[in-house]
Amino acid sequence: MNCNEIHPLLHAYVDSELDLMRSLEVERHLKTCAGCMAIKRSLHSLHSNLRHSDLSYQAPEALRQRIRQSVGSAPAENAPRNSRPWMWQFLTLGAIGFAIVALMLQPVGISEGDRLADEAISNHVRSLMAGHLMDVASTDQHTVKPWFNGKIDFAPEVKDFAAEGFPLIGGRLDYLNSQTVAALVYHRNQHTINVFAWPAKSATADTTQDRRGYTVINRNINGLHYTIVSDLNTKELSEFAKLFGE
Amino acid sequence: MHMSATDSQAQFEQVVVPHLDAAYNLARWLAGNDHDAEDIAQEASLRAFRFLSGFRGGNSRSWLLTIVRNTAYTWLKQNRPQTLVSVSDEEWLDMEDSTTLTSQSSALHHADRDVLRAALEELPVEFREVLILRELEGLSYKEIAEVADAPIGTVMSRLARARKQLQDYLAKKGEK
Repeated sequence: MNCNEIHPLLHAYVDSELDLMRSLEVERHLKTCAGCMAIKRSLHSLHSNLRHSDLSYQAPEALRQRIRQSVGSAPAENAPRNSRPWMWQFLTLGAIGFAIVALMLQPVGISEGDRLADEAISNHVRSLMAGHLMDVASTDQHTVKPWFNGKIDFAPEVKDFAAEGFPLIGGRLDYLNSQTVAALVYHRNQHTINVFAWPAKSATADTTQDRRGYTVINRNINGLHYTIVSDLNTKELSEFAKLFGE
Repeated sequence: MHMSATDSQAQFEQVVVPHLDAAYNLARWLAGNDHDAEDIAQEASLRAFRFLSGFRGGNSRSWLLTIVRNTAYTWLKQNRPQTLVSVSDEEWLDMEDSTTLTSQSSALHHADRDVLRAALEELPVEFREVLILRELEGLSYKEIAEVADAPIGTVMSRLARARKQLQDYLAKKGEK
């Protein structure tokens, strides 16, 4: 091997990422080549310099406390999301207001379907409010679909409907109906559409609901349950649901 | 998958809490200041708590760091989009000769902490993160690829570029 072939391997060599055979080849070359040896030494010295210069930051004790308290005192989906006090107060007040209004609007014996619709709407609103719309931003279905691999144990349908006016924007993980779910994000003009997906426990009826100015559509497709939420009008969202189910 | 609150808390103590230093370190290097790093680390920890049932065993540190990295990028996109408008890997390769490595080790021996910090902060964020994950957190290439959501080949080229730029920066400092 000559120097040009060795150079690209030197980083992997000092990082102990080469297999045995390649390592031996690099070592053999280093014995006879002062130039490559000097580079190897400089990489080593950079490594030990970085490693021993106390460059790592440690989590402040107050932060640790705050994090542990927040998961100990609050159930998962209501956990505080931001440490900035004013921001947090604002969001809390908003959430309390939301809850009070929701309580006033809801009849006492709330049905399972309505509860799910409300929860899905809250997640939709929160995804826009908390600035956590996407973990993977891509208009490419072949980027979004594999992104979910290893994060969830089911594979939601990921299709782009840009040609039909519903471009795919990205995806994220969310928490709904007491489980981790896949959330796909689409746009329709200025409107955002959240599609939540999780394995269906039993076949449920396809429904379309109007609640609090939002449209919520439920579909069962190939063993997965899809809840589609948007402030888009029912007609257009139904068109989207139809495309999605095809 | 249903877990009781105490189960979740116990799992959180086991899976997330031991890696809070690593989480904060990555957040701090990506955000550039204490205050924002704390926000990101906290938000990421809470997301980790919510997604605990999605953790399938394996390396809990890379799992948490992946969430920290995603949270930080979402935050950067909103608050400092300019930091993410960095050169792509290909353009970066064009800018400099990819095979030329430096061997000025003399400058490196004397680089102190502040100089190293400044040098790291100069790097584009995608290059800084691979260096932090490799040199400070000791992650393997495969783990870095997972955390940074990039192919191993890209991780390797970013590492090489990052080291080269760091060496150049330090060599320049050494001359002054």
